[in-house]
This record gives sequence, C-alpha cells and structure tokens, in this order.
Amino acid sequence: MSNDFPSMEIRLPKIKPGVIKIAIAAVIALILLFGSFYQISPEEMGVILRFGKFVRTTDPGLHLKLPLGIEQLRKVPVQRQLKLEFGFRTERPGIRTEYRVTPDTKKEARMLTGDLNVADVEWIVQYKIEDPYKYLFKIRDAESTFRYMNEAIVRKIVGDNSVDEVITVGRARMALEVKEELQKLCDLYEIGIEVNQLIFQDVNPPEPVKPSFNEVNEALQEKERKINEAWAEYNQEIPKAQGVAEQTIRAAEGYATERVNNAEGDANRFINIYREYARAPLVTRKRLYLEAINDILPKMNKKIIFDERQKNILPLLNLGEEVKNE
Amino acid sequence: MSSQTRALIIVGAVILVLIVLLNTFYIVSETNQVIITQFGEPIGDAITSPGLHLKAPFIQKSNYFEKRWLEWDGDANEIPTKDKKYIWVDTYARWRISDPLVFFQRVRDERGAQSRIDDIIDGETRNAIANFDLIEIVRSTNREFEITEETEILELASIIPKIETGREKIAQIILENSSLNTPELGVELKDVQIKRINYVDEVQRKQFDRMISERQRIASKYRSEGDGKSAEIRGQKERELKKIQSEAYRTAQEIKGKADAEATQIYADAYNRDPEFYQFMKTLEIYRTIMDKETWLLLSTDSEFLKYLKSTAKQ
Repeated sequence: MSNDFPSMEIRLPKIKPGVIKIAIAAVIALILLFGSFYQISPEEMGVILRFGKFVRTTDPGLHLKLPLGIEQLRKVPVQRQLKLEFGFRTERPGIRTEYRVTPDTKKEARMLTGDLNVADVEWIVQYKIEDPYKYLFKIRDAESTFRYMNEAIVRKIVGDNSVDEVITVGRARMALEVKEELQKLCDLYEIGIEVNQLIFQDVNPPEPVKPSFNEVNEALQEKERKINEAWAEYNQEIPKAQGVAEQTIRAAEGYATERVNNAEGDANRFINIYREYARAPLVTRKRLYLEAINDILPKMNKKIIFDERQKNILPLLNLGEEVKNE
Repeated sequence: MSSQTRALIIVGAVILVLIVLLNTFYIVSETNQVIITQFGEPIGDAITSPGLHLKAPFIQKSNYFEKRWLEWDGDANEIPTKDKKYIWVDTYARWRISDPLVFFQRVRDERGAQSRIDDIIDGETRNAIANFDLIEIVRSTNREFEITEETEILELASIIPKIETGREKIAQIILENSSLNTPELGVELKDVQIKRINYVDEVQRKQFDRMISERQRIASKYRSEGDGKSAEIRGQKERELKKIQSEAYRTAQEIKGKADAEATQIYADAYNRDPEFYQFMKTLEIYRTIMDKETWLLLSTDSEFLKYLKSTAKQ
C-alpha cells in the first residue's frame, strides 16, 4: 500500500484542492482501518505487543488494535498439533508415506543403552504450544531447544535400560517415562510447550549386529519347534501304550476267567464221577479201566502179546529197522 | 516568502522533528534489553522493561541484547573416559545475557559469547568425562533391568556395575564448574545437558562384536535349551511307557496268579476227596492221550488185562 502512495502524490497538482484534501483523508483513514483490524484463525491465538510490551492475547475472530506500529501482532498456532521426527524425516506424507534417512538422522537415532550396547532409536513427539507468551518471549529458538531436550531425555532413559528392554519389552513404559521427563523439563525451561505424546518408531540394533539378533529369534523358534516335536511324539506314543496295556490286562482277565471256569468244570466232573464211584468203587474202577483199554487199544497198530515166561523178547523185535522205515 | 518556500520550510521542519523524535524514542521489546552508550561509553544500567523509552538524541546510542534464554550447541568432542573408552560427547546448554553491561564490555555480541562458552563448556565437559567411568555417564540411576530371558542368560545384573554419580549429576558438575567462569562474561548458564554419547568408530566396532557374541550366547543357550527340554520330554515319555507297560504286566500277572490259585484250590478241594481215585482217573486219561497208532503195545500175558487169556477163573 505504501508503494502506491508516491504515484498518487505525483498526480496531486492536477486535481482541485478540495478533492485532494478528501483523497488524503480517505487514504489515511484506509491505512488506519487496515492497520487496525486483524483476523485470528480458529487454530491460532494472537499476541499483541504495544511498543514491544506484551499487553494481551486474543482469541480467534476479528479484532482491533492500535495502528501505525504502535501495537504489533504475533500469531501463534496454539491449537495445531505439532510434530518433530527423530532418526528419520517424512519426505512426502500420504497414503504411502515416504521416509528419508540421512547420515544426520542416523546420528540422531544412535545411542548407548544401559548395558553399554548400542541401539538405533527412532521416535516422534507430538506437542502443542500451550503458552504463547512463554513460547515467544522466554526462550529463543524454542523448537530447536525442544529438539535438543528430546535427544537428551530419550538418551537418558535409554541409558537406564538394557538393549533388550529398549528393543522389545520396555518400549511403551519408556515412551511414558520420556514424555513425563520431557514435560518436566519443558516446565523447568518455561518453554510454553505441552508434550502430548511420544511414540517410539523403529527401534533396532545397529545394522552390523542385526543378523545376530535374528539368529536369536531363529534359535528361539528352533527351541520351541524341538519341544513341540518331543511333545508330539509323547502324545502319539503314550495313548497307544495305554491301549496296549489295557489289552494285556483284559487278556489276563480272560485267562483268569477261563482258568477258573475250566477248573470248576474239571472239578465238578470229577466230583460227579467220584460220587458215583464212591457208591460202587470196585466195579466202577474196573469199568473205567476197561473202557479206557477199549478206547486205546484199537488205535495202536502194533500189538504184541508174549508169554509171561518169555523174558527176553526185546532182542527179537527189530526196533531200529521199524523206526528207519518210517 | 512565497507560499511555496513557506511550505518547503514547514515540510523540512516536520521531517527534522520526526528524525529527532525517532532518535529520542526507542522501543524495548519483550525479547530484548538495551544498553545506552554515549560516544561508545555505557551509560547507566541496562533497560529491561519492555515499552517506549527516551534517550538523548544523536549522542546516545541504544544497543540491543537478547533477553530470552538462548541455546548453545557444542560440537561433539572425542573424549576418553576414566576407564579409557573413547567416546563422542555432544552437549547443549541454555544461557542468557544476565549482565548486558559486562557482556557488552567483554564479548561485544552473541557470536563472541558463543565461542567463549564453547571454550568453557568443552573444557569442563572434558574434565568431567575424564573423571568418570563410561557407565557413570550413560546411566542416571541404578535401576534394575527388567528380567527377560535374555538378561537372565547374560547375567546382566551381576555384570553391569553400580553407579555412584550418574549422568545427571555429571551434567550438574559440568554446569557448576562452567558457571564459575561465565559471570565474568555477563552470561548466566541455566543448565548443561549431555545430548549424545557415542563410541568412536574403533570402540564401536569392538562393541558390535561384543553384542554379536552376546546374541550368539543367547542363541546357543536357546538351542541347547531346546535340545535339553525335548530330551527331557522324551525321557518322561520313556518313563511313562515303561510304567504303563510294567503296570499292565504286573496287573496281568496278578490276575493270572489269582486265577491260578483259585483254580488250584478248586482242583484240590475236588481231588482231595480221593487222591488215589484222581490218580487213577488222570492216569487213564493220560493213557488215552499219549497212546496212538505209533505206539507199540507189548503185552505180557501176566498183565491184568490179559489174565483172562490164560484162565477165566475168578481171582
């Protein structure tokens, strides 16, 4: 606007004095008007300085201030969620966000753990400007100081954890601890920042060490596989053996039943026979004997009857020959 | 005087007044403080309250200095620790111009101050780091590591020494010692923090080797645990197989024995009525069994069976 001013002055003499006065008054009024109104968008807060002195903050909307540099406006995005990245930078946000890792960001990520090992830790921090006055006037370069604070606190916490905690089990707990300590430091520094969330991203052992970490995972899986296989074998053989055992016992029970039944059968038979025999022992004995003879003798092919006086009969029989012929 | 000359004089006077006014008033903002100098000589104390202020025009000059906390970021230094480990140490600090007058006299401007602070903090950092073992610089507390399978295998608890001072206190020492020297620059140090610590390359390589061997230890522990545990399970399996089989055998034998005993008793009860008759019966039965067509029968005429062949007389 001030650039338009000289060209207007050049044309001044050609116009009537009355018009000139009105025009000048109008221009001054416009300058004062435009210098007085200002707008604050919903995510921002306005900070008004009068001759460099902080006088008030203003909420979103249309406002008035003193013009001509008497009151100056600074806008601070207090509602905006701000983010800093450590160990990487987002190249192009989107559905497939692209990341960039440079030697500098690698240095941000590398740190020592409490067991004097090394880990590469990437994280992001989300924060808001909570107090525009402090943010603007208590500290210069609040954002880069906040970066340093992040680096220091994350390393402090990682320095009190073992590499295994850093990489696996401790991540969530550590993120909370870092957030708390960071907030404490922000309050101490009066930096006007509220830490909303700190999230660990990729946390890895350094590249040269990675294969050995993978080896541990493989070994762990191998261990589980071996144990599972052993249990599978166990589960396969034990029930089978139990079945076989059951079978053995059942067979023994069968044997027992058979044995007792047979015994009882034999005994009863004997008792019955004996009962009859007891009534007429002599004749029964003879009968039994003869019945047996009657059964046995017909079955035999060779029957030789010799006189009782003939004592040496055996040499006459060609026993050896008989056996050979068979 | 023509009206044109009069107008010129008026314009000239206005401009002159404006220049004088502009040189008389000066603004101190929330972010800075001012030292007034007269022909280069500082006059009075620093003006720190923000707002519009007055000075004598032309002969006095306002010199602006930052009032806010400023950052200082040192370069990383290669420093050996007390236990002779070479590390890169990177610190940052916050400072402010606490006495603008002294600051103005000693270092002139921020650039001058930065380089002096570089010297002071770097030196004190060196002194402090060299006085402590690496572990003291890395850890802040003696917090026990969470027990995981890995840490148990490595027995970390017994390997990692306890600290006595710790990172925070060392940073505090650096701050305190540096603060002894900064007031003479008109500078106040608020705090010094250790930002980054890293091994120098050579140490780092060795450290990586150590990490690799630690992991290999863990891996081989897992493998042997796998072997051990599966052998244990197989052993348990063998034991249970033997138990199942032997118990079954025992039970079977017991059942059979009991049955044998019962049978024996039954036989005895029955045959005891007349053992001789039993012998007779059984013998006959055996005759029937053992004598077949291959059997030769040599019968003497004096046998019971053939006695009637000789005589039918009743005997």
